[in-house]
Amino acid sequence: MSILIDQNTKVIVQGITGAAGSFHAKGCRDYGTQVVGGVTPGKGGSNVDGIPVFNTVKEAVKAGEATAALIFVPPPFAADAILEAADAGIGLIFCITEGIPVLDMARVMATLRGTGVRLVGPNGPGVITPGDASRPGCKIGIMPGYIHKPGRIGVVSRSGTLTYEAVWQLSQRGLGQSTVVGIGGDPIPGTTFVDVLELFEKDPGTDAVLMIGEIGGSAEEDAAMFFKKKMSKPLFAFIAGRTAPPGKRMGHAGAIVGAGGEGGGISHGSAAEKRAALESSGVTLIDSPADMGETVLKVIRP
Amino acid sequence: MKLHEYQAKRQMETFGLPVLKGAVISSVAEVSSVLMKTGEGPIRGEGPIRGGGPWVLKAQVHTGGRGKAGGVKRVEEVKEAEAFVQNLLGKKLVTHQTGPEGLVVRSILVEPAVKVDRELYAAVLINRKTGHPVLMVSAEGGMDIELLAATAPEKIFRVEVDPHRGLESFQARDLAFATGLAGELLGESVRFFQNLVKLFISSDASLVEVNPLGVRPGKGGECPRLLAMDAKMTIDDNAAFRHADLFKEADISDLSNAERRAAEVGISYIRLDGTIGCMVNGAGLAMATMDIIKLQGGEPANFLDVGGGATVEQVTEAFRIILSDPHVRVILVNIFGGIMKCDVIAEGIVQAVKTTGLDRPLVVRLEGNRVEEGRKILADSGMKMTLASDLADAARKSVELSLTTVSQGGPR
Repeated sequence: MSILIDQNTKVIVQGITGAAGSFHAKGCRDYGTQVVGGVTPGKGGSNVDGIPVFNTVKEAVKAGEATAALIFVPPPFAADAILEAADAGIGLIFCITEGIPVLDMARVMATLRGTGVRLVGPNGPGVITPGDASRPGCKIGIMPGYIHKPGRIGVVSRSGTLTYEAVWQLSQRGLGQSTVVGIGGDPIPGTTFVDVLELFEKDPGTDAVLMIGEIGGSAEEDAAMFFKKKMSKPLFAFIAGRTAPPGKRMGHAGAIVGAGGEGGGISHGSAAEKRAALESSGVTLIDSPADMGETVLKVIRP
Repeated sequence: MKLHEYQAKRQMETFGLPVLKGAVISSVAEVSSVLMKTGEGPIRGEGPIRGGGPWVLKAQVHTGGRGKAGGVKRVEEVKEAEAFVQNLLGKKLVTHQTGPEGLVVRSILVEPAVKVDRELYAAVLINRKTGHPVLMVSAEGGMDIELLAATAPEKIFRVEVDPHRGLESFQARDLAFATGLAGELLGESVRFFQNLVKLFISSDASLVEVNPLGVRPGKGGECPRLLAMDAKMTIDDNAAFRHADLFKEADISDLSNAERRAAEVGISYIRLDGTIGCMVNGAGLAMATMDIIKLQGGEPANFLDVGGGATVEQVTEAFRIILSDPHVRVILVNIFGGIMKCDVIAEGIVQAVKTTGLDRPLVVRLEGNRVEEGRKILADSGMKMTLASDLADAARKSVELSLTTVSQGGPR
């Protein structure tokens, strides 16, 4: 079992004729994902390595019965691409694009609210439900498939490569993953930690969850509250950025301490505040990024 | 990108927000002529009111707390103004927000000094929890809003703004009534709050702050007026493609050469106080690398994310930037090759060392895609380096080396 995606998910890739779009469309297909089409306005009728390209998402959906979209469209046009996918009836949208203006995302989220459409990202690596020879998987994103192993640990993260590090540590210790979700490093994410924790809590294929947070915002505090009130499965958390200086944006648009707007103005989004909230809620805190796999292993298989 | 007060006020004026007519000084020689012009200028809606002082001079630096630090002064005489400008221009202003290194004052804003009866606070920012802009207003202006949020949060009134529709009139009225701006100021307050939100949305701002928002007494039976006395604005860097005019005027003189070079080649780089220079792919892993260095008893010299698809040129430039910091004693390269191939990174490291030279110990941790090929390239290069087996090993070895190597920049 898994959350969000499995071997039956059919996906189209928006921005498929760009360098990143074509490379990763092939990467997803090679992993076993059903990539049924791509979209680049004006390039309809062509194909990328055999994947048919359409002018609009509507056409692509009609031809391939896709239920998910993976977006590689450049920042100025990405919000429009998300709305086009939603308008065409796609219910699950993964946006990889980094650098979308915050107010574009504010408008996108205001539009999607209440529609039932789930957006994951932007500015994240996507989602993978690992597979192997005996169990087919599904990769909708840019993560390297080979570091993953199918299993029963859920992973959710605001980061890309740090997630690979965590997955690697888990796989090395024989701990496979049910699904790995990158919610992205932007200030307004389509999907939050709480959304994903809720899905993992309900998923019979997930036994425990590893959450990788970072400075900025208050999504980790919300997750702590959710864990305390509604979660029965063990939750492990690492928070990146304990040494980050306040007022500086650490690579991710959302990774900044003390920018205001954190939970309405009082919290500062520091690692210390997040760690305190998680610890007091009973979440197992991981101090060192080198101990993510080991800590989960010790608790799961003592 | 942060705007200076004078730039923010120029933006505000185009959105119909009440600001004083000011002028910017960047040399002592122009003080007297600018003062005369500024004193004579009409104040919005009031016609010409004076030909001389008093004036307020305000240092234009990207930080709060300027007043307390001596960066703002009310002057009566031209000579007094010249002395102030002489003392401040080209000097560093240290406020409680700048840290001890301070910021160099390169320009000073001159405005006529005006009397206000009340000082309020107004700001628009993004509420990350709801994903909406939020307008925050308080009757307690002029003070540190974070302090107010901590001590008397009930004195701050907030309304969530629909990013499509902007601020509704009733929302603006609610805020006006809550902060005592009713009566003859009601209409003007509603316009002010709505225009402030328009400014925020149209400029792709991440912060617009007016503190204090003044209420000027009405003259000769006229209505009192609002006045944006100070203005802070930050524009979303991701929206630069929509605001070429604003970004063209960006003052980046506060950035170090290294930070500017990093920005030019598309690398995220932030200099810190430590001795271990870090080169990492991915922002989260880069932060985690700093964290583990600290946990092992060392100090990171920088945050550096070469990005997910770094080229040989970017890796070389990243090396140059790290080496340009004389306090760096050890370089730690931590790469988790996901899509990025380790052999490409290894090639980049070898190229970088060939072109820049390497005068300090290098610790390399490579993992992921094509790692064996990458390790072989490094081994065959004949370069002197320490290979680390995993993240913990890399941090441990870097910290050990940082404690036994002498810094070129002297002790920290």
